[in-house]
Amino acid sequence: MRFTHFFFLLYFFVFLNCKEEKLQLSKIEGVQIEITDALTVNSEIEAFIKPYRNHIKKDLDSVLAFSYATYSKNDGKFNTAIGNFIADAVYSEANPIFKSRTGKDIDMVLLNHGGIRSTLNKGNISKKTAFELIPFENSVVIIALKGTQMNSLIDYLRKMKTAHPISKLNLILNKDFEVVEAKIKGEDIKNSKTYFVATNDYLYNGGDNMRFFKPNDSAYYLNYKIRTILIDKFNKMDTIKPVIDNRFIQIK
Amino acid sequence: MKRRDFIQQTTAGAALVSLGGLGLQSFESASKFTKITILHTNDVHSHIDAFGPENEKHPNQGGVSRRASLIESIRKETPNTLLLDAGDIFQGTPYFNYYGGELEFKLMSKLKYDAATIGNHDFDNGIDGLYAQLPHAEFQFITANYDFSNTVLDTHTKPYKVFRIAGVKIGVFGLGIELDGLVDSAMFKETKYLDPIEISQDMVRVLKTEEACDLVICLSHLGYHYKNELNKISDLSLAKATKDIDLIIGGHTHTFLPKPTVVKNIDDKNMLVNQVGCYGINLGRIDFYFDSNKNKSANGTSIFV
Repeated sequence: MRFTHFFFLLYFFVFLNCKEEKLQLSKIEGVQIEITDALTVNSEIEAFIKPYRNHIKKDLDSVLAFSYATYSKNDGKFNTAIGNFIADAVYSEANPIFKSRTGKDIDMVLLNHGGIRSTLNKGNISKKTAFELIPFENSVVIIALKGTQMNSLIDYLRKMKTAHPISKLNLILNKDFEVVEAKIKGEDIKNSKTYFVATNDYLYNGGDNMRFFKPNDSAYYLNYKIRTILIDKFNKMDTIKPVIDNRFIQIK
Repeated sequence: MKRRDFIQQTTAGAALVSLGGLGLQSFESASKFTKITILHTNDVHSHIDAFGPENEKHPNQGGVSRRASLIESIRKETPNTLLLDAGDIFQGTPYFNYYGGELEFKLMSKLKYDAATIGNHDFDNGIDGLYAQLPHAEFQFITANYDFSNTVLDTHTKPYKVFRIAGVKIGVFGLGIELDGLVDSAMFKETKYLDPIEISQDMVRVLKTEEACDLVICLSHLGYHYKNELNKISDLSLAKATKDIDLIIGGHTHTFLPKPTVVKNIDDKNMLVNQVGCYGINLGRIDFYFDSNKNKSANGTSIFV
């Protein structure tokens, strides 16, 4: 018997000998109660929530810009107007911050097609629109990748045959889905060069099977959410009129 | 000595887990009962407003101001009540994006929550974001298997808390899910995750022998059960591998149960595991009846779920 066990036993005997009333658990009942509209509303709680709710509603509904047409992420085969808009916004909004902190420029942007969660409808764009497009809290990460690793990135895009949003990368595939041309900012990819690829933390951590981001030379967290980037971009523009272009195409 | 041998009998509609030992005799005696009511939520995820009628899954369900009136009416009927939350208070509506959890904590304080454990999404604004909202929480955060000693949360949580209500000592300890691979390490920083089973064994020892608790409750964000990852620790596997826990209140997996689950622990004694889905759609209620008649030496406990 271990010494501690002895103490437990001692404790028990002392406990049993004392005259204190010992409680017996005799019955347990368990139920689940649904919270439905049959319940009355606590007016004090409701009044407490109201100013928060009103502030959010007013802020979410305020018009930031105007969408020229309705844009869906299913509109294009290898690149889409809405995907191009978001990827280009990440470049234009994140690059000045990255440059001011590191003295370097972002070379390209890669996001994921699945990250766009709704269509951009024709008409007024509000903050709510940005929340619907990008409900996730993911932030921009810029990863330093060797030219050799860039080939894995290109190979991923080639194999996936999906309109993952990209910016500053041009990719042309032939009818057999082989790479005919891959250029970053108009130049061929050099194995010896280090490229700064902007993505989000979800993808950086292997989301959507994007395994090519690790290992890397370094990763810079900007603490800047993709959704906030969209809101900032909308604020700067009057009319949003993105197009499907030739940044990622297949020639037959 | 306290004995709790349960035999499960299933009747139509509801299960009656009935009496061991001398059983029903305990009801016949003139002993007085003390009823302790445990109310609980999990994975509310910033759902402060009720779902609208257009919501496909949960039309007209949930809502903090309705939950408040329900809890108020239960407290009027039975004042010996503890109100607990099993984590993931944050993330899911713009209330979190705009106010970082401030309103969630303020409302839980107004509803007089007694304690909550920490879920993975409660790190969504980083451990600093959680820390920043703590002044708005007038309830205790309880977690035994997160070591926060190298973080800002150091000393701001407790591994367990003992509540003394109507002469009954209720020990509540908390358990969190492994954060590595689930939450960006930049968010939880130097939080250390400790083995839930080892910690539970230690907690139960402290609560039963040192604190002499009459009731031991585990507030867990481990998840109910992982049918495709059987080796992953869950509420069900924890329940089976431990002893002296009367109730595990769970979260994380957003599990809607038809009724609380009766599980046999490592001593072959029955205990309860419960979880009430998510988004504040349900309130869990478990009533524990204590008999203070000490002359009965072999009372059993019946479980009605």
